Amino acid sequence: MNWFNPVAVGMATRAWLIDVGDATRLFGRLLAVSGPTLRRFGLVTEQVFFVGNKSLSLIAVSGLFVGFVLALQGYYTLQRYGSAEAVGLLVALSLVRELGPVVTALLFAGRAGTSLTAEIGLMKAGEQLAAMEMMAVDPVQRVLSPRFWAGLISMPLLAAVFSAVGVFGGWLVSVPLIGIDSGAFWSQMQGGVDVWTDVGNGVVKSLVFGVAVTFIALRQGHACQPTPEGVSAATTRTVVLASLAVLALDFVLTAMMFSI
Amino acid sequence: MTLIAISEPTPDPTATAPLVELLNVTCGYGDRVILKDVSLRIPRGGVVGLMGTSGGGKTTVLRLIGRQIEPMQGQVLFGGVDLATLDREALYAVRGRMGLLFQFGALFTDLSVFDNVAFPLREHTNLSESMIRDLVLMKLNAVGLRGARDLLPSQVSGGMARRVALARAIALDPDLIMYDEPFAGLDPISMGMASRLIRDLNHTLGVTSVVVSHDVEETFAIADHIVFVANGSVVAQGTPQDIRDSTDPLVKQFFNALPDGPVHFHYPAVSMADDFGLRARS
Repeated sequence: MNWFNPVAVGMATRAWLIDVGDATRLFGRLLAVSGPTLRRFGLVTEQVFFVGNKSLSLIAVSGLFVGFVLALQGYYTLQRYGSAEAVGLLVALSLVRELGPVVTALLFAGRAGTSLTAEIGLMKAGEQLAAMEMMAVDPVQRVLSPRFWAGLISMPLLAAVFSAVGVFGGWLVSVPLIGIDSGAFWSQMQGGVDVWTDVGNGVVKSLVFGVAVTFIALRQGHACQPTPEGVSAATTRTVVLASLAVLALDFVLTAMMFSI
Repeated sequence: MTLIAISEPTPDPTATAPLVELLNVTCGYGDRVILKDVSLRIPRGGVVGLMGTSGGGKTTVLRLIGRQIEPMQGQVLFGGVDLATLDREALYAVRGRMGLLFQFGALFTDLSVFDNVAFPLREHTNLSESMIRDLVLMKLNAVGLRGARDLLPSQVSGGMARRVALARAIALDPDLIMYDEPFAGLDPISMGMASRLIRDLNHTLGVTSVVVSHDVEETFAIADHIVFVANGSVVAQGTPQDIRDSTDPLVKQFFNALPDGPVHFHYPAVSMADDFGLRARS
């Protein structure tokens, strides 16, 4: 786009505003149909299986490696100050407050988000959503909303798995490998991690990321051009937008949580 | 003593009124106008063949009837009700009385043939699963696919997929069934099967059928009334024989499959001499 051409800038701004308006309206519709969706909870649990359970192995393996690295890096820094026993606390706080929700959301965007976008986009391309409309079935309520709630429910659970496996990974490196006392590892963690402020903050972040990533994925699929190129471009946009949204929201949420 | 007046039953005025009416409709996609000031009536109970040139606006008429798109001007009436005035709930109630067979079936690829047909029943009724099973098998039997109930859409041929979609479209016993290119890409056996099915369903269920098609022989064989749409307007309409006898050059070109006429073979372009640089060389 030519940024010095006022017409081009105006057209791009108008297109962007229309896009934001459409997205806002879709979000409003998703919230409006939540009641009927949650009354048919079987549809939601079916999607929790697809977006949640099928992401579990990726999340668990990633959590393990992040835990390994955190323990190694933490030990490297803490042993300089004679606080190597605090490595368990460092691993746990890093995971539950920050890395658990953030890395889970990024992995979720890549694994489940792209799959949601492609699925909805292909349903649109195959006229399945139009067929549903013609059968007097609202696709937002029947297709999008169960997936939205499934993402919202799955994200904190996956983040909890990520953090738990990460702590175990940290223990594997710290205790059997480096030789830190197991009692010190766990007691430092037990004494230093607060359920409400630390774990609670992580849960709040996960919920916000769950809404953001799942909504972006669904919206991209719902608004995509119903062609192979359109679905492909929408899938790419899901990863890019969801990742940026997660990082930006993480900063905002962390700043807010510090000020509380 | 009470006197009981016995009178002749009053005829239902809606029984003779058209089921669908387009009144001076102009519509299109974005800035591109597809239909210009089109008016047409679809009478109850018959089979109406909607024919015409590619891109002439036939499928757009179906989209208008289902309110998948809104007219820029004019009104689309279904059972005398202007579709544009309906909110979502009322529109869905009207759509419950319509069935649309999409060109490629639009089956739900993650559901079996049985579950595809059961889908509208499960969504709109509180029937027990055993009742739904019986209804689905009856609908599948009507299209000759009772034995294919457990197959996935990926395991059936294009013609079969359309018949499954037809079973799904009639699941809720609609008043109107719309067929978008039901004969496209079918072999002669499947085509004959499809046309007989459309006629039989129309007769058995007492529905109104609108068939969008290019296929002259099959459509003429089953339609009571033909509407010929081209260049965004209704060029001719009447019984199949009326259309055959039409002197309109476009209608004649279409029905005689002539390569050139009002519809040109070549898309508008600059002259051959300009395109190949012949003028410059000479």
